This record gives sequence, C-alpha cells and structure tokens, in this order.
Amino acid sequence: MRARITFTKQGALRYTGHLDLHRLWERAMRRAQLPISYSQGFHPQPKISIAAALPLGFASLGEVLDVRLNEDIPTEEIASRLKDNLPPDIQVTKIESVDEREPALQTQVVSATYEVHLTEPVDGSELKRKVEELMMSESLPRERRGKFYDLRPLIEILSVVTEADGKVWLQMKLAARDSATGRPEEVLNALGIEPEYTRVERTSLIFQE
Amino acid sequence: MLTPEQIEAKLDRILLKVQKPGRYVGGELNSTIKDWDKAQTKVAFVFPDIYDIGVSNVGLKILYDQVNQRDDSLAERAYAPWTDMEALMREHEIPLYTLESKRPLACFDLIGFTLPYETLYTNTLNILDLSGIPVRSNERDETHPIIIAGGHAATNPEPMHAFIDAFAIGEGEEVIHDIIDTIQKFKSAPNFKRRDLLVALAQISGVYVPQFYETTYLEDGTVAYTEPTIPEAPKLVHKRIVAKLPPPPIKFIVPNIEVVHNRVSVEIMRGCTRGCRFCQAGMITRPVRERSVQEVVDAADEAIRSTGFEELALMSLSSSDYTYVSDLVDAISKRFEGRKLTVSLPSLRIESVSVDLMDKLKQHRSGGFTLAPEAASERMRRIINKFIPDEEIINTTRDIYSRGWTTIKLYFMIGHPSETIEDVQAIVDLCKRIIEEGRKVAGWKVKLNVGASTFVPKPQTPFQWVACDTRDNILEKQALLKRQLLKEKNIKLSWTKPEEALLEAWLSRGDRKLAEVIYSAWKNGAKFDAWEGDQKHEKWMAAFEEHGLEHTFYTYRQRRTDEVFPWEHITAALRKNFLFQDFRQSLEGQIRVDCRLNCFACGILPTFANLRRENPGEGWKCPDVKSPAPKIINIELPVVGD
Repeated sequence: MRARITFTKQGALRYTGHLDLHRLWERAMRRAQLPISYSQGFHPQPKISIAAALPLGFASLGEVLDVRLNEDIPTEEIASRLKDNLPPDIQVTKIESVDEREPALQTQVVSATYEVHLTEPVDGSELKRKVEELMMSESLPRERRGKFYDLRPLIEILSVVTEADGKVWLQMKLAARDSATGRPEEVLNALGIEPEYTRVERTSLIFQE
Repeated sequence: MLTPEQIEAKLDRILLKVQKPGRYVGGELNSTIKDWDKAQTKVAFVFPDIYDIGVSNVGLKILYDQVNQRDDSLAERAYAPWTDMEALMREHEIPLYTLESKRPLACFDLIGFTLPYETLYTNTLNILDLSGIPVRSNERDETHPIIIAGGHAATNPEPMHAFIDAFAIGEGEEVIHDIIDTIQKFKSAPNFKRRDLLVALAQISGVYVPQFYETTYLEDGTVAYTEPTIPEAPKLVHKRIVAKLPPPPIKFIVPNIEVVHNRVSVEIMRGCTRGCRFCQAGMITRPVRERSVQEVVDAADEAIRSTGFEELALMSLSSSDYTYVSDLVDAISKRFEGRKLTVSLPSLRIESVSVDLMDKLKQHRSGGFTLAPEAASERMRRIINKFIPDEEIINTTRDIYSRGWTTIKLYFMIGHPSETIEDVQAIVDLCKRIIEEGRKVAGWKVKLNVGASTFVPKPQTPFQWVACDTRDNILEKQALLKRQLLKEKNIKLSWTKPEEALLEAWLSRGDRKLAEVIYSAWKNGAKFDAWEGDQKHEKWMAAFEEHGLEHTFYTYRQRRTDEVFPWEHITAALRKNFLFQDFRQSLEGQIRVDCRLNCFACGILPTFANLRRENPGEGWKCPDVKSPAPKIINIELPVVGD
C-alpha cells in the first residue's frame, strides 16, 4: 500500500536535515515493525519519499511523506504502531491511504505557507511599508549560489499580522514547485531582516488539486 | 547561571552557523529526561570528544542507565563541541550544557568523564573551562561539582592527578552507586565540606583521590614512592570488578543525525585470556566473564527493536575465545534471518574457523575481512605472545579470498620491543605473498588494506619496562613500508605519524610532573589530540620546554628492573612479578599459552578470592577458589536478665 503521513517537526528536530530525516523515518518504521518496501538492486533503498525538503533550522506543522508498505495495514493501526517509536519532536497528525498510481509526491507540491516570528522588536508600520513596496514591485532580481532569478513571482502571499498587543509577525505563501521554490530567508533578506533574528515555521504544504 | 530557556534562546542564534548543528540539541529517542527537582543527585556524563564519536560509547551508556534507574538521581550527557561551536559558545558566553535539560554542567553534583584513551586529556581540561569550572582540583570549592573520571586511561591516572577529584579504577557499574550514595550522605548534611566528602570517596574500594597522595622522586627523576598523606586513603588502590556482568544496555540513544557508529553493541565477553604482551586491555580487564548465548541474542533482538539500527556489533576483545562462539553465530543468524541487519564479530583469530563464522553471518563481502597479526615475522610474534605460524596466515587469507571477499584488512604494529628492520621487511614480504596466494584462488581483483600503527608500551603490561622505539627508527621503518608497498596496485597502506605515538606514550607512561605539561599544552591551544593536524606537536614540545622536562625521559628510556612506576599505587590486580616474568619470557622468545589452559597466577584470584568463591563455575574463565572463606567469629554475649 501507499500511505501518506502528515507530521510535525519541531524543537531539536529543526536541526535534522533532509537526508537524516529520511534515515530517521526508516528507523522509526523498523521500530514500529511496518513492512517498508525496498527498491531492488545492490543497495536496496526504502521506498519513502518526503514531499519537500525543509531548510535546516525551520520548524514545521505540516510535513508530508509517502511510504510504500508490503502489506495493507489500516491507517489507525499504522498510527498506533508509530506512536511510541518516534523521537519526541515529531508528531503524526494524519495518515491516509493513497492511490498507488498517483504521481510522485514531490511533483504534486505547488506551494508552502510559513509564519515568521521576529525575536527582536521591530517598527510595525515600517515593516508594513516595506512589505507593500515589495509586493508592488514588478520583479525582484536576486542571486543565490551564483544563479540569478526573480523572487517576485515566487511570492504568492506576503502580509504583516499585528497582534492585539502590537506585536507583529509575517505570513507567507511561497511557490514550492520543482524548479521554482521561494525561500523564506530570501524574502526576509529582501525585506532587510536578518534571518538570525527570526523563527520560521512552515505551516502547510499545498498540493495540486 | 544561565537557565535552560536562556541557553536555548542563545543557541537558536548560533546553531545555523555551525557544521552539523544536530550535535548540540539532543532530543534523541531513548534519551532519558527526568524531573530535575525530584532528583537528589544530578550526574553529567561526558565523552570528551565530539558527539559523532561519543554518542555510541557503550561504557557511558551503561553508567547513564545505572544512574537513571535510581529514583533519587538523574544522569544527562555532554560532549566536546567542535572548534566552530566552541568559538561561538565562548563569544556568546554559553557554558557547556547537557543535551537533555540544557543545563550548564556547573549545576550538576557530579561530572563523570570517560577516558578510554589518553589523547582526550586536553579536551577534558577544555570542557571544564568551557563549563566555567576551575580546571584544577585544588581551586574548586563546595559550590562546584565533584569531577570523576574512569576508563582504560585511568590505569595510570597520575598525569591527570591535578585536574580530576577522584578516579574510578576498573569497572564502573557498582562503584558509581557507592559514589552517589556517598555524595548524598555528605551533601545533605549541614555544613557540608568538600574535603570531608573527598576523604569519604577515597575510602570506597576502587576509588583513587589523588590529592591525598604524594610522590617522592629519586635524584634521577624516577619515582621513589607514592604514599597517602591521610590515614583514610589506602596505600594501594585496587580496581573494581563486577562478579557477574549485569544485563547489557538495550535502549541505545538513536541520534537524529548520522554519526560514526549507528549500531547496537552487545558485549559478549569481558576480559581476555590470550595474554598478548602489548595489549593493555587484555591485561587490565581480567578476569574473563562471558554472557550466555541466550542473554546476548535476546538483548540484541530487543535493542534492534528499540533502536531500528541496521547494524549489530558483538563486542569482546577476542571473539574466537568466546566459549560458545559457534552456537552464538548460529543463534544470531537464525533469529535475524530475513531482516536487514549487518552483524560484526570483531577480533577473530587467524584461522579457517573464523572464515566459517563470518560465512554464517552472511556478511556483505564488500565490507572486507579484518585480521590482526600485529607482527609479520614468527620471531616477533613469539615476542609479543601472539603466535601464529606464517602458513596459518597464508591458509586463512587464501580461504577468505576464495570464499568471495575481495578485500582483507591486515593490522600490524611497528616499533615492537627488539624489532629490527628485517622484521619490518617481513611485513612487506608477507603482504606480497598474501596477494600472490590470493590471486591463485580469486584472480587479479584481490586487495589488501594494510594498517601499520606504532606500538606504545603501556602501564600494567609485561612491556611496561621497555622503551618506545625512537622517532628516527619509526620513520625509517615507515619509509621502508612506503617504498615497497605504496607502488603495489592492490595494496593500500596507512600509518600513524610518529608524533602521535609519542604523545600517547608521554600521556600514558607519565608521572605527576606531566600534569603541568598537559596544562601548558592546553593553554598553548592543544585540543582534539586524537585528531590529525594543526601543529599539535609543537605545542606539546613547547610545554615540555616551559617546565624544563625532557620528553625522552618518558619515551626512550628503558625502565630499570627495580623501577617504581608512577602508577605503582594503582593496580589492575596483576602482580608485578607476574608481569616481569612474562617480560623475561618475551626476551627469550617463549610464548605463554591461553590462560584458560594453564593459570599463570596473574594476581586476579588472590585479589578477588571472595568474589570468585561466591561465584564458582562457568561464569569466570579462571580456576575455582577452593580454599575456605576466612572465618568470621561471632562472639555471643549473654543477654542480661535471661
């Protein structure tokens, strides 16, 4: 069967990278005695695929992975087996069975939403002005790892949220397609905010209809 | 002192600037987080090298579990931060903290360092400093934790005497409880005095408190004697052992990042009966005690289930000597059949039976087959008491190649006592012959990885009297190996820098005077001495010079037969005369057989006669103690009024 697991990644796990997360899930499923399918060949690989790599240091409320199992197991059963076999900073929020013939999980992601909290106080109206200015612009040429690209079309939503106590934080929805991925730290950079003074949390991944 | 919340907030600022930040955040499955306020005694265990190496250490895991099983105590862990992290921690004034609760080490009652090898000494000083704890014992007061250390390097604790409050000599499973009980008794008393506690610790069997001892030297700089300065401290500190191996750890920490060993390790046997004269571990971990096949297999199964690891290591100093090794391999193969699991069985004897064993474990042939002849000439192998005829080596390696392994790893040492250039030439000749014979059965693809490390004569071994081979000799011997082996297409050669062996020699063979050298070397910037690189040697040489000490005194000097060693007041229960007789026999090229066949009276039985008497039979591989237990006379007093 092909099972789709939605999970959180918080706390210490923010510092576990994409490849290590793969290995972590493989071990968790072995502990839970779930019969993972493996690829054929000299170095069999577990058939686990994670929807979209989460940058190191970010927390998440909605990571998604697909795993292929050699047996059909009720999703409640999978959940209960996994329950005590995950490190404390990962929690499963949803498990569903999906059609085996669906395209690869990674190709179905279109965008991702983020919340960015600021650890140093900022001037809310100044931030709002910068956000408006950025959203008004036609294009935002940027350079990343020696490649030039336009950040502007990758930003679908960017807004400042003001709490009752005057505290402000940012909400973003960025494109997360295969060759067109908006990175929250690039947006922060464009706003003149040091990523060092923020806490970023991915709140959801949005899939193709 | 910073709170856990303050430390976490500071960490979030810096962690993305360091390599592998996952080393510094904890949160692993199977780590134990207990209620801080409910624990009377808090213990921090430290492996003084990076997380990647330390997290899988079994010794520390045993102690971690021992302490966490107590209702009144908790144990947490810390490792040495890599240099990038250390620099940021110092810049942001973050003290070293434990991974479980993120509390500074200085908040704990007890800090326990494991010192499995000597090149961790400078890191130990650095960690104390990074924790804001005075590096020297005599500068600590009632507000500071008690600093203890144990592990094989504690066989000669003297070079570290100025920095460690108490050493646990020998096995730690029981003594850790005695130490915690004593700390609780003293710390809960009104008017707690650190010195009173240390005096009490010095009276625990197996505990050495160096500040209550003083060394007097002869004019030539060698030790005259080391004696206690208080009547409560014993003249001779005997190592502790456990009569029966306690159940092995099951719930290994599962790191959230890749580390060096992602595996379950189950100790099948402790101690070794082979008597290889160069091997400190084989000498100081006696007597041999084995676990049952059932216990090993059940523990391995449970540990694999609780970790999800892909690799199982069956640990001992000499797997082939485990009485039921064949049954064990059968039982393991059966239990784990069809599961994706790599099983390693290290330290196999060079004989065809070993190839059969590995065959049964269905090892990935790609991993290579490891053998450790240690020396290449039969003469040399007699001297070190690891005698194997050349033909046996050739037959075994041929067998390995013919059964499908393409790579064999061979471990040798150079610089053995009385070794000549011919003995080193023999390494080249043997390797070439192994390849040649291998080609006859398996063709041109056969490969040989040759490791040639440098021998360091260690305390409490029959070779404690001998000098280290000189740097020039070692360089010449290495040059010979490189000249003849590096051009061979199918042979890979690796070696250690002679400076590394010298450092190991100073630190393991040194006396109390070395403490100042260690301190200065650390001040000069020496740390991570087990790692290659960055001009460490110069820092150490400068430290020797600063204190007017001749480093060759500790390395190139043959010790007098009547010399009093710096470690003379610490014993692994081996009689000096037993070691000396064995040394004499080595000079005559005489071998000693496995002591399961013939007891050579090493000293274990007289020291632990009572333990052996209470635990007769199979459990130990020593003869039973038949003599009656000393009588305890009870005098019955008449009861008044009866």
